[in-house]
Amino acid sequence: MGSELALIALSAMLVNNFVLARFLGVCPFLGVSRRMDSAVGMSVAVLFVMTVASLATWLVQRLVLTPFGLDYLRTISFILIIAALVQLVEMVVQKSSPVLYQALGIFLPLITTNCAILGVALLVQQKDYGFLQTMTFAVAASVGFGLAMVLLAGLRESLALASVPRSFQGNAIVLVTAGILSLAFMGFSGLVRG
Amino acid sequence: MLAAILTLGGMGAVAGLGLGFASKRFAVAVDARLEELLGALPGINCGACGFAGCRPCADAINTGAAKVNACPVGGEGTVIALATIMGVEPEASIKQYARIFCTGGVQEARRAFQYQGMDDCNAAVLVSGGGKACVFGCLGLGSCVSACPYDAMYMNENAIPVVIDSRCTGCTLCAPACPKDLIQMIPAVAEVQVLCNSTHKGSEVKKVCTVGCISCDICVKVCPYEAITINAYLAEIDYGKCTNCGLCVAKCPDDTILDFSGVRPRSYILPEPCTGCTLCRDVCPTNAISGELDKLHVVDVEKCIGCYMCKVICPENAVDMRGPGAYGGGVRVQAEPVPNRLTLVQIG
Repeated sequence: MGSELALIALSAMLVNNFVLARFLGVCPFLGVSRRMDSAVGMSVAVLFVMTVASLATWLVQRLVLTPFGLDYLRTISFILIIAALVQLVEMVVQKSSPVLYQALGIFLPLITTNCAILGVALLVQQKDYGFLQTMTFAVAASVGFGLAMVLLAGLRESLALASVPRSFQGNAIVLVTAGILSLAFMGFSGLVRG
Repeated sequence: MLAAILTLGGMGAVAGLGLGFASKRFAVAVDARLEELLGALPGINCGACGFAGCRPCADAINTGAAKVNACPVGGEGTVIALATIMGVEPEASIKQYARIFCTGGVQEARRAFQYQGMDDCNAAVLVSGGGKACVFGCLGLGSCVSACPYDAMYMNENAIPVVIDSRCTGCTLCAPACPKDLIQMIPAVAEVQVLCNSTHKGSEVKKVCTVGCISCDICVKVCPYEAITINAYLAEIDYGKCTNCGLCVAKCPDDTILDFSGVRPRSYILPEPCTGCTLCRDVCPTNAISGELDKLHVVDVEKCIGCYMCKVICPENAVDMRGPGAYGGGVRVQAEPVPNRLTLVQIG
């Protein structure tokens, strides 16, 4: 059991990294990675939402969709659940912890309908994970997301000081950098089967 | 089918009700003043205040990081509204207008070649500087006009942009649109401007433009306040000294110096207090005042240029300014000095 969870975590974090191998959540990956502090803020927000969202969607799948044989409603109901949940979480955080809200506030609505969040929820069902496995997968996936964010933010902060050829300036060099980063992560493939 | 509708509908209803309940239960009182401040700001998010938009600006005003006159665009009304909300005394924001430091249009400025291409100054400037023989001159394709969010500019038939002062908010958005750096925000009180940017010698300017500054020194000599200096072959007005008397405007041989004050009032000598001391007669730069010692002096309205020098010098307060735009006595301008615009020009 323990080794299985470790394998799931390693796979979600490095081998099948959500951003760099599955190409999910590229929007915040490119959008919020200009500065290290906002990249870290986004990563923490993703960790938070991804964990809560996988828990909620896993429960909905187990308690509502499977018993009634409504598997074909999975995607649409997951979108509904995640959107409502993020709203709720935002309200609760705003009320209960203004400090946390200040830190996460801008990022929470941004990831409401992020494909990485939905991707985790759907992949969990595809792989038919149990509760512990689901939680491990979600946390590891978001840590992997955070890793990619922090790596790219660090690279971009260095890039800001480098002299980039004129035709590569702006988004072009960021996409090239992200591509090379993704190539590097391809080196992990084969480390874990599945 | 029915199950799907019921399930999704049910989940939607639960989520909706839950959120509705949560919004009541977890309602956080946001600062009502922030919303009020935001409402008082223009709301076009132009960024002229230096913040990212109107909301960050309102936030900064609310926390005291910015003053109530932070918005240069809204004008006096906005400052008063913001000051009322914040409960402080309104501080005047310095009203500024965009000024284009070139008046050499189709008629005045020679063309080196005919530019044909994109209707945009920033594109034209890439083609050997855009076609004007004067490298400093306005290209006349109206990039600044397109950049203005207030419709406060238009291109006149001479292909020179004109600023409509009543609409210009001084938001600075037009300035970066000009590839020749010809646009600057000038305080409204500085009404007299040398509208040329050329730092070439007079003989060079003369070859390419009929309204360029040829650094002839006439304005320097004529200015009674020593406010004008020639710097790098370009006349420059020190707004700390300039009183907007308009003498240089009248004397400039090339009409490079222009007066933005509109119609000037003319002076009129009141018969009762005038003692005939001849002070005003001697000070008048255009010899518009005539009169003998101890006798009433008379102003020739044809010659008077409304410079206010007679009013300033009269010990008996006998000079009255009449006509549109007349104002109370004394030296009228206490302008903030504007940055030396030569520093903004890239020479070459």
